[in-house]
Amino acid sequence: MNDHIPVFPLARLHGRYPLTTRIVGRLLLSLVLLVASSLLIFGGIEALPGDFATTYLGQAATPQAVANIRAELGLDAPAYARYLDWVAGLLHGDFGHSWASGQDIGAQLGSRLSNSLLLAGAAAIIAVPLSIGLGLIAVLYRDRLIDRLINLFSLAAVSLPEFFVAYLLILWLVVKNPVAAFPATVYASMGLGAKLVTIALPVATLVLVVIAHMMRMTRAAIINVMDSAYMETAALKGLSRWRAILRHATPNALAPIINVVALNLAYLIVGVVVVEVVFVYPGMGQYMVDAVTVRDLPVVQACGLVFAAIYILLNMTADILSVLANPRLRHPR
Amino acid sequence: MDKPLETDKRPLLQVRDLRIGATAYPPGEPPRKIEIVKGVSFDLERGKVLGLIGESGAGKSTIGLAALAYGRGGVKITGGRVLLDGEDILGLGRRGIRGVRGTRVCYVSQSAAASFNPAHRLMDQVIEATLRHGLATADEARARAVRLFGLLGLPEPETFGNRFPHQVSGGQLQRAMTAMALCPEPELIVFDEPTTALDVTTQIDVLAAIKSAIEQTGTAALYITHDLAVVAQVADDIMVLRHGETVEHADTRKIIENPDEDYTRDLVNVRAVRHTEAAEQSDRFFEMAGINAAYGPTPVLHDVSLHVPRGQTLAIVGESGSGKSTLARVATGLLAPNTGDVRFDGETLPPQLKHRTREQLRRMQMIYQMADTAMNPRQTVGQIIGRPLRFYEGLRGAGQRRRVGELLDQIEMGQGFIDRYPAELSGGQKQRVAIARALAAKPDLIICDEPTSALDPLVADGILKLLTGLQRERGLSYIFITHDIAIVRAIADSVAVMHRGRLVRFGPKSGALSPPFDAYTDLLLKSVPEMRLGWLEEVLSTRQIESADN
Repeated sequence: MNDHIPVFPLARLHGRYPLTTRIVGRLLLSLVLLVASSLLIFGGIEALPGDFATTYLGQAATPQAVANIRAELGLDAPAYARYLDWVAGLLHGDFGHSWASGQDIGAQLGSRLSNSLLLAGAAAIIAVPLSIGLGLIAVLYRDRLIDRLINLFSLAAVSLPEFFVAYLLILWLVVKNPVAAFPATVYASMGLGAKLVTIALPVATLVLVVIAHMMRMTRAAIINVMDSAYMETAALKGLSRWRAILRHATPNALAPIINVVALNLAYLIVGVVVVEVVFVYPGMGQYMVDAVTVRDLPVVQACGLVFAAIYILLNMTADILSVLANPRLRHPR
Repeated sequence: MDKPLETDKRPLLQVRDLRIGATAYPPGEPPRKIEIVKGVSFDLERGKVLGLIGESGAGKSTIGLAALAYGRGGVKITGGRVLLDGEDILGLGRRGIRGVRGTRVCYVSQSAAASFNPAHRLMDQVIEATLRHGLATADEARARAVRLFGLLGLPEPETFGNRFPHQVSGGQLQRAMTAMALCPEPELIVFDEPTTALDVTTQIDVLAAIKSAIEQTGTAALYITHDLAVVAQVADDIMVLRHGETVEHADTRKIIENPDEDYTRDLVNVRAVRHTEAAEQSDRFFEMAGINAAYGPTPVLHDVSLHVPRGQTLAIVGESGSGKSTLARVATGLLAPNTGDVRFDGETLPPQLKHRTREQLRRMQMIYQMADTAMNPRQTVGQIIGRPLRFYEGLRGAGQRRRVGELLDQIEMGQGFIDRYPAELSGGQKQRVAIARALAAKPDLIICDEPTSALDPLVADGILKLLTGLQRERGLSYIFITHDIAIVRAIADSVAVMHRGRLVRFGPKSGALSPPFDAYTDLLLKSVPEMRLGWLEEVLSTRQIESADN
């Protein structure tokens, strides 16, 4: 190495361990994002108009009563102090207490989140393999009837708003032909089997909503690599089209597929508010909507942070997985 | 229908009146059908090698792929027969043809780097066809592959297959692809320009490896290339193609030594350009002194000093990665050197492009290897050449159009091209437009970065003639970057040989290209294929003697 050329220690580290440095960098970035979103959530809630004390007291809101409640809840402290207090609590696993009910938010959040995860997980287990499988079939029969039908169906599904799909399913499977359960309210005492039967309709709604995006991205990502020279090599080896697509195209299309799957998983958990409300499902979404209506801000804040954390976690996982899917980074020269 | 011959006497491959078509989409016109191969016939005996040679567009790759009943892109086989061991493979259907591809006929492409799947280890890809067609068990196939890796001279044959494509060099990949083609023990292999993308010093090794592998396995081969000197080393017979038709088909000795057709003679005798070097070369019109340059932390150039006299040509020669193009980037100011000076006609140029004056920029112009990517496809030839006229001289309107016309005359294309788009031009014409654009600035020095290496030999020759003619008329200086020693011999006054970022040799052509040589220049010069039979064996035997001596 020439002595007059500066060697940057970080660049050198990156050259030697490209995978590790990338992953560590991504983890750090996620941490920064999480702190930033906690600030954003807190700031956003500060900026909301209206006041819990006034809403809570209603007609009885004398200035003295309002001031009492504010002091009781610690609202008279400056914003930065309350933020630091909140973060310090979070670091100890303490989400604070609901203003409306006085209950511990952490405990509530735990049961609501596990309900939401059940709903999202059930939808994901069906939607992810189904959409990737349909995407592969669409590539295999590209520009033929099956491909067009899959495209048409997925476009139709993605074009309908989810509440509309939800009401259609209710109309069709509950009102006209009573085969499915409604409302989809689950209780802690129910067994897993009973829960799954109960949530069939919201799961179906979610699957219909997310499947199109993932299927179309899978199809596009694979078609993108179909023109590569190595696909010609596969054809000239006498491999079947199906094997060529599975073995030679798909591994090189993994990064975009992983990303779109992560995006949709995040949507399944974070974006289910409407579906939960329609089906009266006791998940995170409904918990948050209820809290908003009574201005129970600690709950809104906690829910927002959990949603943000899930979103960041899933996207980070996707980024790390797509780095791992790249053989050049996995096996440096 | 041909009479069936006895099996052992019947040629392995019989191609009869092969016709292949495609749909062309000329800009601004409705699509039309064109014929790429117009009735080609030939036989190939078992264990023999037939060379298919011609310029681009001759249809040679298309014919090669037809031996696997494959049409690339929108190409369709429209007529004729391809008989493999007496059976017409064009009528086999999708399932049937899979029993031919990868088992009886295999393919080696020009760019192994792109043809290997980046996601899988080499071994898995090399033995895949053998396994999928049930020709051997996994262990047998792996043992076969290891044996082939050894036969092809790959390093550490036992573990070579564990690597991923990006972990081995281009020359090694090309050999690995040959191993992949040989692994199912096919009757026929189609080699499609297997050494074209390689450096000459690598090409000779791969060529030797392919030749000995063909000989030892007794496989028949179609060897496609545009380089007659290369194919002369491996082929038993050669078929010369032009515009999809056979020009001449005879044994290799006859084609090289006594061809019947004028076109073949032209191919044998390319490089009609001869330039005698200037006697006086001390003039330091353009000079680079003590250049050290790096991309980020990676050093690329180490203490490079050279100069070009006014009105002369300096050829910079070296392999890919030797730093030739980086040197051009330093000269033009695209990359500021860490240390060292660039001097031009007595003044030291600012290291960075943005600090140079318009006049300094005007006097130094560039021509690139890929004229395609160096031009805006949405501008007409007139706009492309007109841009520097406006930028440097402020010429507009009719005045600009008149100058563009003059420049088009100078590059021997004529004013009829002024309103055409790049997509409507051939490769050679595009490069001429690029030259006209450089000339428009009235430069004193033109840096030519491999301007002919993407062109067919005869077209390239035309470009070289044009450049040397312009030099005589206008006293231009050239820095001509190339990897082709023949071009250096043809046009240079002085020569600089680059190797791994260092200047290993610099001086007047006569001195630089005659002994005593340093080790690298010797290797480089000996690796350039010569248009005669037995050259490859000769070089390899002298090499073996040398290595035995060491």
